[in-house]
Parts: sequence; structure tokens; C-alpha cells
Amino acid sequence: MTSVLFDTPGPRGRVRNHLLTLISAVAVAAALFWVYRGFDAKGQWEGKIWQPFLEADTWEFYIIPGLIGTLQAAALAAVLAVAFGAIFGLARLSDHAWIRVPAGLVVEVFRAIPLLLLIFFIFYLAPNMFGGGDYAFIAVVLGLTLYNGSVLAEVVRAGVQAVPRGQSEAAYAIGMRKGQVMRMVLLPQAITVMMPAIVSQLVVLLKDTALGYIIAYVDLLNTGFKILPAVHFGSLIPAAIVIGIIYVALNMALSYVANLLERRSRRSRKTSAKPVAPPGAEAIGLRAGGGLDNTD
Amino acid sequence: MDELIKYAPDLAEGFLENVKLSLVAAVASLILGTILVAMRVSPTPVLRAAGTFYVNVVRNTPLTLVLAFSALGLSDQLGLVFSETPRTNSFWIVAMGLSLYTASFVCEGLRSGINTVPLGQAEAARAIGLTFIQSLTLIILPQAFRAVIAPLGSVMIAMIKNTTVATAGGYLADAAAVMKITFDTTGASIPIFIGLILAFMALTMPIGYFTGWLARRLAVAR
Repeated sequence: MTSVLFDTPGPRGRVRNHLLTLISAVAVAAALFWVYRGFDAKGQWEGKIWQPFLEADTWEFYIIPGLIGTLQAAALAAVLAVAFGAIFGLARLSDHAWIRVPAGLVVEVFRAIPLLLLIFFIFYLAPNMFGGGDYAFIAVVLGLTLYNGSVLAEVVRAGVQAVPRGQSEAAYAIGMRKGQVMRMVLLPQAITVMMPAIVSQLVVLLKDTALGYIIAYVDLLNTGFKILPAVHFGSLIPAAIVIGIIYVALNMALSYVANLLERRSRRSRKTSAKPVAPPGAEAIGLRAGGGLDNTD
Repeated sequence: MDELIKYAPDLAEGFLENVKLSLVAAVASLILGTILVAMRVSPTPVLRAAGTFYVNVVRNTPLTLVLAFSALGLSDQLGLVFSETPRTNSFWIVAMGLSLYTASFVCEGLRSGINTVPLGQAEAARAIGLTFIQSLTLIILPQAFRAVIAPLGSVMIAMIKNTTVATAGGYLADAAAVMKITFDTTGASIPIFIGLILAFMALTMPIGYFTGWLARRLAVAR
């Protein structure tokens, strides 16, 4: 135990800790065994329902196309959301009230809308405005862009505000104009500190592409969890597990990048600002710990 | 405007389901999240590993998959049934999935609170001879709880917005599902959309302001 919360345990403390470890190991093992038995009783370990995942066809016709659908929506929405965030974040910092106030309103409103309602609304509104067609992709991408873009706008604003005031004062003092101060002094420093928060928000974005499942967008969840089990009858739970692993792996890889960037920006001497905390609830905990609980 | 007035009773009924889901999930996820964070900071490696595994897996899985799996997998295939009435069963399945999902964020919120307490506080507590339990209850937790009020408020707001995903768990009575059904007959209706957004904002904004106010009021001066 390296935690500062505890003294190095004495003999009695060690015995107690070992006992606790033993009891909890038994409890965890019992829980795992209970799950195993539950699956076994319903025949979920039978080879034939796992068999499809060993066949190339399953991957070629269901999982890979679905994954591509997910990544396409996520990539496009990510680019658009970052652009949206940059524009509205900077607009909120404008000196002109007629730019600042509407931008603030847009950001606050889109942040407060439940994302699924927004996606439903776009999905039903688009055919009215542009005639028939399949708008699932557009609804997912646009919904994700508006929501995550608004969150990113707050990140951009916080990033620019995190640069110490002395920096812009010094820049004005040597005769730079407003645009120059922003472009040459504030933004380069702000981008370094907001990168981790941006990447954490992209994890949220990638996860939320799964909402496309509800409006029948062809994403990983749809091909893997709805279509695949319909073809290979009984493979529902194996499918959920395989797809879950893919999602978790993708998101953990992205979170890892966010952590890496965070550690780098903490060390960086290219900026005088402190790292921006990731936005909102979804990203809590992605921040690398630096306090008491450095036990893992 | 006419559509909103005509369908308002249905929509209000749907919205009430979101409120009910939120209440159940808030209580359950706070309890479960506290248990998880206790596991994650405990001196027992097995519990720490189990807690970390749970949080990392659940936090990185889309809520849509969690709810769809709860309904189609756990309930239909594995026979986890709360009630014989399909509607009631779906409600509890969704509430369970949402609680399990939100609990991982509650856990991370609480843990980040413990992280905000400076090392020196714990060192000082030990230096004046407080035991582990004393330093935890007298020094660490009082400061940690104050630091997590605002983050937990955001977790709860996100959870309330997430109740709309209940559709994925087969619970077709919440506001999002009612809105979709209504749109099937009326087409996209801007008044209905705005009405529902305002209803959600009326629910989430007071929580945001209240937790923000409370956090500022109770903030530890450092």
C-alpha cells in the first residue's frame, strides 16, 4: 500500500488486510460463478451460438460494415463539432454583445437538450424540408455535432480564459491588435491545455453514435446486436459481449490518448495556462489523478 | 401551437415517466456509486481491481447498448423479470440499466472529490496521531464531499437527459417515445419539440443552479 491514507500496517493490520482480501476474493469469485451458472443454465456457453464469431462472413458482412458506419458518423461529427466549438467558443469571447449573447444562447440551449430528442427532431424535420430519403446518417451526425459542439465551445472558452491575463496584456502592450493577440498569443497556448478535454469529449461523441441504433442508422450496434442475432438465432448475448468489447476497446484507446495528452500538457512549458478540466459529467474521472488516491 | 395543445396530455404523461425513472436512478446510482468508490479506495487489491474493472467497462459502453442488452439479453434471454406486466417490467429493467450505468460516473465523481483534498491534509492528520478512520471521517471526507457537489450535480443532469434513451430498453412510454409516436402522425412539430425541451430544462436547470450555489457556499477555502 503506497496510499498516504494508511500507515504501513503493523502485524495485526496485515492479518486483517489479508483476511479482507481473502473474503473479498471469495465474494468476487462467487459473483463470477453465479454469472457463469446463470449463463450455463440458459445454454449461453454452447459452442454453436459462439461459432458465428469465428467465421469470416460474420465479420465481413455484419461487424466490419457496422463498425465503419459508427466510425464514419463519429469522424464526421467530430470534425464538425470541433469546428462548431471553435466558432461558438470564440464568439462567446467576443467584445461585441450582438455576437456574444446569441452565441451564448445557442450553446446553452443545445447543451441542455437531451441528445436523443434532438436526433429524433432532425430525423423527422429533414424529410419535411428536403423531401424523402434516408436521413438517419444526417440526423445522427447533426445531432452529435450540435450537442458536442456546444460542449466543446465551453472547453474552448475555458481554454482561452485559462491563459493568464498577463499574456494578453503583454501582447497588447507591444502593440498587437485584438486578432493578433488571439491568433498569436492566446490560441497557441490555449490549444495545448484544451486538447485533453477535447479528446475526452470525443469519447462521449463516439459512444453516443450508438443512439443511431434507435433511428435504424446502420452502425455497429445495429448490425451487431439487431441484424446479426436475427440471422444467427440465439447468438444475442455473445453478440452483445463481442460488440461491447469493441466499444470499450475503442473508447479506452481514446481515453488513453486523452490521459497522455493531459500528462504532456501538464509538463509542457509551451503554455502558461493550467489544463482545462474535461467538460460535464460524462468525462469525470478521465483526468489523471494527482491527489490522495494515487493507488492505481 | 395546436399540436402541442392537442397532444400535451400524452406528452406530459410521457414526461412524468422520465421524472419517475430519474428519481429511481438517482437514488440507486448514488448508493451503488458510493459502494463502488469505497471499493476503489479500499486497502484490498481484489476489491480495487473489481471496482476499477466495473467502472472502466460500464463507462466506456454506450448507454444504448447497456439498455438494449438489459432488455433483450438479461430480461428476455436470461429471464431476469421484475414483474409479470410487460410495461412495469420494462420500467424496472430500464431503471436498473440506467442506475448501473450512472453509478460508474457517480463513482468517478466521488473519487475525483477525494483527489481534490491536498496530500498535506492527510499527512497532517496522520502526524497529529489520528487513526485511519478518524482522518477519513474528520479530515478527508468532509472536504471531499464539498468538492463533489457540483460534479455530482452534472452527473444527475446527464442522467435525467439519459432517461430519454429508455426507448432502447423497450420502455416505450417516456417523453422521447411519445414524441416519436406523435411525430409519426403530425410530422416534425416545432412547438412540441420546444415544449419538451423546456420541460427538461425546467427539471435540469434548477439542479444545476442549486448544486452550483451549494458548492460555492460550502467550498473549502484554500
